[in-house]
Amino acid sequence: MSDVITTTVIVATIASGIRLATPFLLASLGEAIGQRSGVLNLGVDGVMLLGAFASYYVVLETESIWLGVMTGILTGLLMGLFYAIITVPLRAEQGVSGIGIYLFGLGMSDLLFQKLVGTPLPIDQFSEWHVPLLSDIPVVGEMFFQHTPMVYIAFLLVPIIAFIINRTTFGLSIRAVGESPESADSLGVSVPKVRFATIMAGNALAGLAGAALAIELGIFQQNLTNAMGFIAIALVYFGAWRAPGVMAGSLVFGMVGAIVLQAKTLGLIPRSASDIAAMAPAVITILALIIVANRFRQPAALTKPYVRGD
Amino acid sequence: MRSYLIAASIAIASVAAALAVGAIMLLALGANPIDGYKTMFTAAFGSADGLASTAVKAIPLMLVGVGICIAFRANVINIGGEGQMVVGGLLATSVALALPNAPAVVLLPLILCAGIIGGAFWGSIPGALKAHYNVSEILSTIMLNIVAVQLMNFLLRGPLIDPGEIERGTRIPQTARLPEAADLPMLSETLNLHSGILIAIAAAIGAWVLLWRTGLGFRLRSVGLNPAAARYAGIPVKRNIIIAMTLSGAMSGLAGAILVFGSESHRMVTDGSTMGFTGSAGFNGIVVALFGALHPLWTIPSSFLFGGMLVGANSLQRVAQVPSALIIALNGLIVVFVVSTEWHRKRLQNQVQTQASQKNENEQSASDHGNAKS
Repeated sequence: MSDVITTTVIVATIASGIRLATPFLLASLGEAIGQRSGVLNLGVDGVMLLGAFASYYVVLETESIWLGVMTGILTGLLMGLFYAIITVPLRAEQGVSGIGIYLFGLGMSDLLFQKLVGTPLPIDQFSEWHVPLLSDIPVVGEMFFQHTPMVYIAFLLVPIIAFIINRTTFGLSIRAVGESPESADSLGVSVPKVRFATIMAGNALAGLAGAALAIELGIFQQNLTNAMGFIAIALVYFGAWRAPGVMAGSLVFGMVGAIVLQAKTLGLIPRSASDIAAMAPAVITILALIIVANRFRQPAALTKPYVRGD
Repeated sequence: MRSYLIAASIAIASVAAALAVGAIMLLALGANPIDGYKTMFTAAFGSADGLASTAVKAIPLMLVGVGICIAFRANVINIGGEGQMVVGGLLATSVALALPNAPAVVLLPLILCAGIIGGAFWGSIPGALKAHYNVSEILSTIMLNIVAVQLMNFLLRGPLIDPGEIERGTRIPQTARLPEAADLPMLSETLNLHSGILIAIAAAIGAWVLLWRTGLGFRLRSVGLNPAAARYAGIPVKRNIIIAMTLSGAMSGLAGAILVFGSESHRMVTDGSTMGFTGSAGFNGIVVALFGALHPLWTIPSSFLFGGMLVGANSLQRVAQVPSALIIALNGLIVVFVVSTEWHRKRLQNQVQTQASQKNENEQSASDHGNAKS
């Protein structure tokens, strides 16, 4: 065993775990922002798929990766606007309407792919960007500072989002609207405006997560995300609605995925066991949900549409 | 009565809106929307063959939809139809493989029961987690869908694989041809219509009887309408939440078993995803139930409509090269439109009901007045 698991293998596994965690992290940060303002978005997977296809297609046509990333974000913003209209002024039930968004994204991304592209063609991928100085540190540098730009963006967003939510007036408004929209309203905070902002920002991150996934894999196919968006939602509960918690959860998932991949490549586990291993994230999530449900309280107004004067 | 009219007109308006969006998408895809919809309609409802295919597509939608109705009435959202179908299908398949020589009279009821039990078990887990640990059933059902599909991949690649696949070295993840005694009896050999449709309709009627004609149904609906009041009235809320999810899962599990034993290959096959087995019926059943106003009997026509859309989409793909994924996208929009109008529908219905009861009260007091005079 010990001659198979060398330092190189461990470093490579951790680095790939960080890479695999990135789309989860982006999507679940977005979901966390929405949930802090009291809006559950079950359509993340569908938005990710649309973002993934949009960015894939733009990169394929223009060969500009950054333009692809922008398109992914824009797609997310548009879907966010759509979802905000449904849930805020129209007060749709959030659990079910999210499933509608998911089905729409699943079907629409597949439809556009078949019609506009047809056969899966590979696209350009980001090259790694070595952080000056830090990337030269032995072992640590290789693990943390030799990644593609999307990885840095995702992990930099963690402190930024934590700061916005915990330390700014706007963040206070978000939390107030998520805990007690009546009080927020009586203090002059516009509940609809805050929710429109958080839903659109959250969906933009879901779109970005899709873009990150498509560009990382360099390919698009039907149901590319394979329920990653749903796991991202669960990670928000896992992380108790806080950005660092969400990051920890994403890393656990990324690492589990990386270890399974590595073990398969090294031939440590047979193919049949990999089906069992693929259950691990979902089982871990369920166990985490049991623990979290009793330790942490979800935003009090989560899934409740706000009706003034009710 | 007028409140039914409001519900019906809003449901129809939602579909009209989705069809209008679909027409725009067809135009964008370079197809004539009128021709497109005509192709779909003729393929699904224009011939005996088409109607039979529509009925077969409607079976899993109807069963899952009925299960969704039961859960929704108890205010539980069951998004685990996909996983419950898979587990029901797997258990039924295992039973059939274990009893290769059993006669049809024994085997058929057994496999249907196995499907029901498998689905019920898979549905009871999120029910128990919600009741006892306060875990959102939306999240736990989605996670259990993921677990179920991996379980299916593992079993069909390993323990349940057709021995022939190993001999030939092709290793397609599928079971052997299941015993012929377990084939669902055909209603019409020429039309390829099996008796699953009768089972589904019976289940829908059964669910209606259960919900509106039994004490259990009354308790489930009370818990759904107002859990606090139900608890106050001595109804065990937790137990009823578990029962609702179990029954809902049972319906999906039955759908999974029928999908296996009514299939043309009479094998259980996986392509590695849940969708490959269920055809997304676990999700589309939610659309069917919502469109049927969460009433088990209305899910019968509703499932025929959506089954017809699936059949129509396939022919649209052949005739006009429009990918059938269009229908998944349209189903999503229908869900969105139906739930977006839900709050406003309830408000309208309440207004109508208040007006009606006020009218009644006025008449009542008028007649009381009259009685007092005489």
